[in-house]
Order: sequence, then C-alpha cells, then structure tokens
Amino acid sequence: MESLFSHSDTQHESRHVQVTRELMPRKFSSYGKIWVTTLIFITAVGLYFYIQQIRNGLIITGLRDYTIWGIYIANFVFFVAISLVGSLVSAILKLSNVKWATPLTRISEIIAVASIMLAGLVIIIDMGRPDRFLNVIIHARIQSPITWDVMVITTYLFISVLLLYLPLLPDLALMRDQFKNIPKWQRKMYAIMANNWKNTPGQKKILNKAVKILSVLIIPVAFGIHTVTSWLFASTFRSGWDSTNFGPYFISGAFMVGAAAVIASMYIIRKYYRYENYITLDHFDKMGRLLVLLSLVYLYFNVNEYFIPAYKMKGSESAHLNELFTGIYAPLFWSVQIGGMLIPIAILLFNKGRRPTTMFIVSIMVIVGAWFKRFLIVIPTLNHPFFPKDQAPEAWSHYNPTLAEWCITAGTLAGALLIVTLLIRFFPVIPVVETIEEEDEHTDEEILMHPTINKQIS
Amino acid sequence: MENNNSKEDNARRDFLKLGTLAVAATACGSIMCGCGKNEAAEGSGKKVKLLSPDGEIVEVDEKHLREPADIPCVDSKEARHGIPNRKFVMVVDLARCKNARKCKEACDKNHHTGHQKEYLKVLKMQDNPVSSPYWQPTMCFHCDDPPCVKVCPVDATFKRDDGLVLIDNDRCIGCRFCMAACPYSQRVFNWGEPETWDETVSTCNSPEVGGVHAKKGTVEKCDFCPDQVRKDEMPHCVTACPNGVFYFGDENEDAVSNGEDTVKLSEMLATRAGYRALEELGTKPRVYYLPPVNRLFPFKDMEEEKQDDKSVN
Repeated sequence: MESLFSHSDTQHESRHVQVTRELMPRKFSSYGKIWVTTLIFITAVGLYFYIQQIRNGLIITGLRDYTIWGIYIANFVFFVAISLVGSLVSAILKLSNVKWATPLTRISEIIAVASIMLAGLVIIIDMGRPDRFLNVIIHARIQSPITWDVMVITTYLFISVLLLYLPLLPDLALMRDQFKNIPKWQRKMYAIMANNWKNTPGQKKILNKAVKILSVLIIPVAFGIHTVTSWLFASTFRSGWDSTNFGPYFISGAFMVGAAAVIASMYIIRKYYRYENYITLDHFDKMGRLLVLLSLVYLYFNVNEYFIPAYKMKGSESAHLNELFTGIYAPLFWSVQIGGMLIPIAILLFNKGRRPTTMFIVSIMVIVGAWFKRFLIVIPTLNHPFFPKDQAPEAWSHYNPTLAEWCITAGTLAGALLIVTLLIRFFPVIPVVETIEEEDEHTDEEILMHPTINKQIS
Repeated sequence: MENNNSKEDNARRDFLKLGTLAVAATACGSIMCGCGKNEAAEGSGKKVKLLSPDGEIVEVDEKHLREPADIPCVDSKEARHGIPNRKFVMVVDLARCKNARKCKEACDKNHHTGHQKEYLKVLKMQDNPVSSPYWQPTMCFHCDDPPCVKVCPVDATFKRDDGLVLIDNDRCIGCRFCMAACPYSQRVFNWGEPETWDETVSTCNSPEVGGVHAKKGTVEKCDFCPDQVRKDEMPHCVTACPNGVFYFGDENEDAVSNGEDTVKLSEMLATRAGYRALEELGTKPRVYYLPPVNRLFPFKDMEEEKQDDKSVN
C-alpha cells in the first residue's frame, strides 16, 4: 500500500503514526454517551411539541396579532449568526495565510454546517403553513427579502458542506486505509466518502485550488446571509428595526458569537480528547485576541444602534427605547449588554483573561448573551406599533413564550449540538493529514531534509 | 370549535354543496339550538325531498332549509384582476363617529372573524396631551404602495387594478412578513383552527370573500367587501353605521356615498382637509380621514359610555 505522505523516512514515520493515532475519531466514553442521550432526549421533546404545533397551529405559542414573531425568529437569527464563523476561520483566516488556525478550521466548519442547517429548519418551524413550503420556489417573488434569504442560505449551506467535505478527503482516505478495528459499515462509509482519493500531487493541486475558490466565494455569501437576515427587519417601518445600521451590526455580532462558539468547542474538545498538544495555550491566546477585536467592533455598532436614536428620542422610537433602557426589558437588556459584551471585552483584554478556563466561561457568557440579544432585537419592537393597541386582549399586549415554544427551541439547539457531536464522533475534528504535512514542512525547514521515496506507514 | 360534531354533520354538509338549497344546521348551528340529532323530531313536520351528492333521495325537515346567499363565485385567479374601470376609495368622517361600534359588529359577523380577529377596529386616538381624544375607525387602507405586498415572498397578497389589496389564503405560507411590514397593524392571523366556519355563505373560496373560508396558519384582513360591490351594495361597515361615518365610492367617478348622501370626493377632501394616516411613510393609503372638528358627539370613553347605558336602563 502506498503512503499518503511524501515524507516517509523512519523519523517522520513514527511521528505520523503517533499523530494519526491521536487524532483519529474515537468511540464515545461514558460521558459522551450521557451527553448524546441527553441531546437526543431534548430533541425528541422538541419534536413532540412540534407535532402538537403542526396539529393545532401556532396557537400553542405565545404569539398573537401584535407580537407576530417570537423566539423562533430570534433563534433563527442566532443560528444564522453562529454559522458565519465557518467563513471567518476557514476562509478569512486561511486566505490571510494565518497558519495557527489550521486545527480550528474543521471545528468551525462543522459548527457552520450544523447551525445553517438548523437555521433553515427553524424558519420552517415558524411558518404557519409548513406544508406550503414549496410555494417559496413555485411562486417565488424576487422582490421579497425572504426570497433572497432562501437563495443565499441555500447557497451558503452548499458551500459550507463543500468546505467541510473537500478538505476532509485526505483524512477520509487515511481512515479508509488505516482504520482497521471499526464496523464494516463505517469502513464502507469512509471508502465511499473518500471517493478514490490517493493524495497524488495532481489531486492535491485540484483540491487546493477548489478550496481556495470556495474560500473566496463563501465570504460574500456569508456577508449575504446575515445582511439579508437583518433586512427582514430593516426593510419594515417599525421603530427599532428601521435602521440603516442593521447589516454591519448583525454581521459584527455574528462574528463575535461565532468566535465564542469556536472557543467553547475547542475547550471542550481539548479537555475531552486530551488534545493539549494540538490545541495549545497559544491558540486560546490568539482566539481570545480575535474575540476581543470582534467584540469591540460589535460594541461600536451597538453605540451607533442605540446611542444616536436615544439622543434624538424621536416620538415613535422613544417608547421602544425607554422600554429597553428602563422598562420591562431593561434587566435583560443591561444583562446582555454588560454580561454578554462589556465584561467579556474587559476580561479578554488582559493576558490572564485569555487562559482556557476563563475563556471558556467568557465564551459561554457571549453565546448566552448573543441568544438573548436576538430576543431583544426581535420582540420589544413589536410591542410598539404606530397605532395604539390598548384594545387588544390583555394577554396579547406582552409576549410570553409558552412551554411548547421553549421546548421546540431547546430541541433545535440540542439538535445542532447533536449534529456537531456526531460529526466529531465519526470524522477527525483536527485535520490529520494537514497537521502532519504542516509538521513535516516545519521539521524540514529545521533540519533541511528532502526525502523523496514513498514507503508504507504501518 | 366543536370538531367532534363534524362527522355527523358531514351528511348535512353534503347538501350544502348542491348549491341549490342549504341546510341550516351546521356544526355551529346545532350547538346553538342545542337540538343535535333530535332536531328532526322538533321540526315543523313538513318534509322536503332532496338529492344528495351520492345520488340518494333524502327527506329533510323544511324548517332546516335556508336560501343560500347570492354571492358570485370569483375564483382566486379571476380575483387577482379586479373589477374593471373602478378605483375604490373610502373616506372616514371622524367628526361623526361616536364609537357606536355597529361597523365592527357588522364586519365581524359578515367576515366570520370570531372572537380574536378584528378586520375593523375603532381606535381611541389622541394626537397630543392637550387636544381631545377621538375615535378612529381603522381598517386596511388598501395602500397604493403597499409595504405588505412588497415583502410577500409568494405573491399571496396582491394589489389589484381597482385599488384593492387582497389575500389568496390558498397560497399564503404564514410567514407573517406582511404583518411585520404593515405600519398600521391591520393584518390578522389564524393562529389556530378558525373559530367560525359557514359554508352556506359562499360556494367557492375566493380572496374576495375574506374570512368566509378562513384557514389555519394564514393571514387575513379587511377586503373592502368586493363581493358586496359586485352586487351593487356597499361594504358592511358603511351600511351598518348609524351616523354615516363611512363614505365609500369610486375615484374614477369622483364620488363617494355613505348610503344617504353622495358627495364629490375631490371637493369633500379639499374643503374638509382630508388626510391619510402616516402620510410620511409613503404608503399612499386609499382611505382618507376627515379631521374630528365640529363633532356631532362629545368624546366619551368606553367606561363612561357603559355607565350612561346603565343609567338609561
């Protein structure tokens, strides 16, 4: 059998074997099994309530004629936001030749694929008539931002899947050739997915070219998905949504929460798989610097979004802003702005703040804050229509999500985590071949060796 | 509603589809009269023979027959074109409104809105803390530049040549983007199974008969009653109002009428300072308001109104 690597003298060989062994996907430990069972349970509960919703309609939610969009839409915006990280790490960082990000490309692409899939699902959950979903294609009207969203999200999903799959090809071939003690179906799956990959220079050249093209393509599409999502709000007249700041405001918030999601997952993966040699303290430090930069950009757009309207206090905006600053949404608003943005920035600015455990806590704060920030963007605005709504039934005047809504939302979040977990279970979360090749180049530079012959690894 | 009754009513509903004579006891009806299966025994005794869709002759008590409403069936394709050479317009005279709410009652009844949907609201407005509040009957303004139509992803809501903005509830996907886009909050949604359902009123589902064939998970709103217009009648709110608040008419003819007076539209708007709601948004509504000056009635809040009613009784 031919080796997948060009560098194959004995010194390299033993290192290759070690790296391969360490980075191959492993069976779930008992913690892993508890984790997966919990996720499946939460997803199943969500599914149960969704079946109730299909049967009875959206009446089982807290939504009524004034608060027409609720936590489903907030959750949708959240998923779209997180999915942007795929383009950040595997496109923007890669194209700017940032070598340290290599072990993080796959995890960020996995997060991107899982969350954009769930974003598509969540928007169908919000529809009054999911049975008529195909009308969006059959009767598509190009004037509607929803049509743009459907087009751009589908495109993003396809490019993201390709950006996950194509760089996986060498690893799939490696598993096909070297992964012996696995069930037959699994080996067959790797064989099919590896698609006859032999790691020849010709194949590699094509692969590199394809990945480069996709990395360039995905950047405008990534900006597109979240800008169009912000336009679902900004294209209306409503106070709080009627803002030209919304596109960049959403994009910057998305990059922030996406970076936080990568930090949280790299912490858990490092702990669980004992990957201290691959995901190093240096990675945390650099991701911490990146997160603080992204958060500062988001802070800047927040100032634009809230300060200037609050300075003017235009009639129709003032009710909305007062409700956020001092009204019923004030506790949530200030918790999110301080706990989900200002405190993380303050912590991450210090060297001590960029250590793994601290950063894990900070990134969870950012993620939770980001979810509730979407809640604050979607819901309070709907409480303040232009015409008075004092004649509406008491229960309509304030939106309280029902148990069913929370369970369905929790189900989608668990579903996303389940997809991430399963992908990590069956595919190496750190690119194996890429890591080996980068290590080889590194050692080659050091000891100036140029081995040319191909030998077997094992 | 009482869905458990629907099976036994199926046989009865089949008659309705004959379109010639209709049986009164629908699911709702049978609950209201409380007679259920025994209704025949309590009938007038006179039996009428009818042909069911299965080809069987069935005898039904005469008391349970009702004339079907005479509404032309305009299917959803035809309903997209509009009535030729018309340009419908409405003027609401705020000086005449005393919140009698007859318009709303008639609208609710004829559009089968049930308890939670409102095509027509009478809103209490107050422009500033000093000026007196006033009642503003509010419905879909059928804007000439409708933000709701602009954002609809499937062309379920559309603008017709005769000025109307209607909804095809067989196409609506229930995304509620139109509701978010409407600055006047005039669109309503069937969050659950619609409360009322009366197949005797119309034989076909059409965007022109809003609310009659309400469907779960779709949007509805005021439709300016084009079914009434096709019968040369006024929309229900116009005819129901005891104070002549609503003027309905045709911009092409430059004439509007509240049922009693017919006036020149352009002259009325010019002399009485007609305005449109939230003009600055550029939606170009087809409903004009006449300001509440020289009012026929002093403003009374809902509570005061109730107390007055009690003292009269």
